[in-house]
Amino acid sequence: MSIEVRHLSKHFGAFQALDNISLGFPSGELVALLGPSGCGKTTLLRIIAGLEYADSGQVLFHGEDSTGKHVRDRNVGFVFQHYALFRHMTVFDNVAFGLSVRPRSLRPSKADIARRVHELLELVQLDWLADRYPDQLSGGQRQRIALARALAVEPRVLLLDEPFGALDAKVRKDLRQWLRRLHDELHITSIFVTHDQEEAMEVADRIVVIHQGRIEQIGTPDEIQQQSASPFVCEFIGQTNRFEGNIKDGWADFGDFRLETPPRLQESAKLAGYVRPHEITLHNQASDNSIPVTVASLKRLGPIIRLGLVSTSGQDIHVELASQQLPKDTEVGARLFATPIQAQLFAV
Amino acid sequence: MRQRSVIPGFGLSLGYTAFYAGLVVFIPLAALFIEASNLGWGELWQTISAPQAVASYRLSFGASLVAASLNLIFGLLVAWVLVRYPFPGKKFIDALVDLPFALPTAVAGIALTALYTPNGWVGHLLNFKVAYTPLGVVVALTFIGLPFVVRTVQPVLAELEAEIEEAAASLGANRWQTFRRVLFPALLPAMLTGFALAFARAVGEYGSVVFISGNMPFRTEITPLLIITKLEQYNYAGAAALGVAMLLVSFALLLIINSLQHWSAKKTGGK
Repeated sequence: MSIEVRHLSKHFGAFQALDNISLGFPSGELVALLGPSGCGKTTLLRIIAGLEYADSGQVLFHGEDSTGKHVRDRNVGFVFQHYALFRHMTVFDNVAFGLSVRPRSLRPSKADIARRVHELLELVQLDWLADRYPDQLSGGQRQRIALARALAVEPRVLLLDEPFGALDAKVRKDLRQWLRRLHDELHITSIFVTHDQEEAMEVADRIVVIHQGRIEQIGTPDEIQQQSASPFVCEFIGQTNRFEGNIKDGWADFGDFRLETPPRLQESAKLAGYVRPHEITLHNQASDNSIPVTVASLKRLGPIIRLGLVSTSGQDIHVELASQQLPKDTEVGARLFATPIQAQLFAV
Repeated sequence: MRQRSVIPGFGLSLGYTAFYAGLVVFIPLAALFIEASNLGWGELWQTISAPQAVASYRLSFGASLVAASLNLIFGLLVAWVLVRYPFPGKKFIDALVDLPFALPTAVAGIALTALYTPNGWVGHLLNFKVAYTPLGVVVALTFIGLPFVVRTVQPVLAELEAEIEEAAASLGANRWQTFRRVLFPALLPAMLTGFALAFARAVGEYGSVVFISGNMPFRTEITPLLIITKLEQYNYAGAAALGVAMLLVSFALLLIINSLQHWSAKKTGGK
């Protein structure tokens, strides 16, 4: 089931949550809507679900206009950040709910419902919790039950609103790998909202980066990371170092170092260059392409070393490298030379 | 038996609670029983089972149950509106709900009587009598009982996230199914508490009822009024006997409501 939205706009009072968004979600893909809080990603998801209505624009399910349809009739599975389980019902009854509220003519028999519920509980690996109440479960278990409940109605699409947002770091990591495997098994068109770029990178087939109600970039995790469409995307999807410079003799010149310029930037004078912490090498000796720096902090995280450097012009530079790549006898206060290997360049 | 606990003062606070409950509740009630026992069994039973007294029980408890039920339904509605919808004047209406608590009940009684007498503002619009009938008693008891259901249901309703309803809708439930299967079970314990409070208040109500009921023996005479009448005749033991009867019935009814509430709370998540 493919989903398409066309020219969606939505205001909350004076605040523009969505600004003319058009976007397609191909059948069977797991897509992440990524952006900082308040960027409109949850609003977009809720409009697709039918929990909210757009001021203008269309929502199409498999080419069919569903803009005015009630959430009840859209056949979407929705998973909430805070689970939204029914607290007075057992896990079994929670999962069975969607089937048991069907009109009598479409409702499966009690035995069929029970079989289906147990299948789903097995799928989320929590069959042994069927008789418990939600309050007796951990956060991760609750979210898996919420997912089973959403899947019970055999939805055409699965929508997840910050599904791991309320969980602690370890459970979050386990659960997102688990979600990825589940999706590979079920191949149901899924959209999930997150503000965590690492989560989006790890789980999604494609990422839609949203900023202030507009789409900044759509692409695979690699494209988003390596060919960011804008300075915003570059800064949002991970730590990066920003350098300012200009074009000189066909090179991007940043004072201490210079890099090749792609032809599209030849015309502009001012540049912003983004260099990721792992795209910098460190040396004891100066070269004609290096920044003199002082080591301000040094942290060993297993095989990786994270350094905070300060350049002579006072700029903070973050560097990450494998421990064998660190020049010998480097300690806090040492003077080194940093060489950016590559950068993403934008006209400013 | 003694266990270390981070919450200190168990012995002291339990002792104080027992002392306080004894002083404020138990001793006065015991005095009531002692006073009634002055009659001796035969006379006690005669007083309690006198036809006029029995008619008054029927009115007192019947009207209280009807009024508490009305408050249950409409109190839920008021709480719902106050919690779920923003609208101008919401704070004002919210404050209005408590007024029946604050108003001297006699004032409420006089106001209601003025409204509902056959030539009052509301009374002349109706082609049946309200004031000076059992219906008038129900009106007065409904008025004074309103805050209980609203104030007990309101916080519980506020705590139920709108997400629960959205989840139900996304799973295909219609509004009625969402109410019956998702909201109602969650609200039931609070509703029963509110019902019990409204009922208890209505059973003990005197001030507002005496004005609107007309106090006709066998028809519109509530038990508290009968008790007052006996007191005015210096028949203290007789008054105490009726009091004991009321007390026992009230206690039994509240016990039933409380166990219903306990049962429903147990069903909603084992707490």
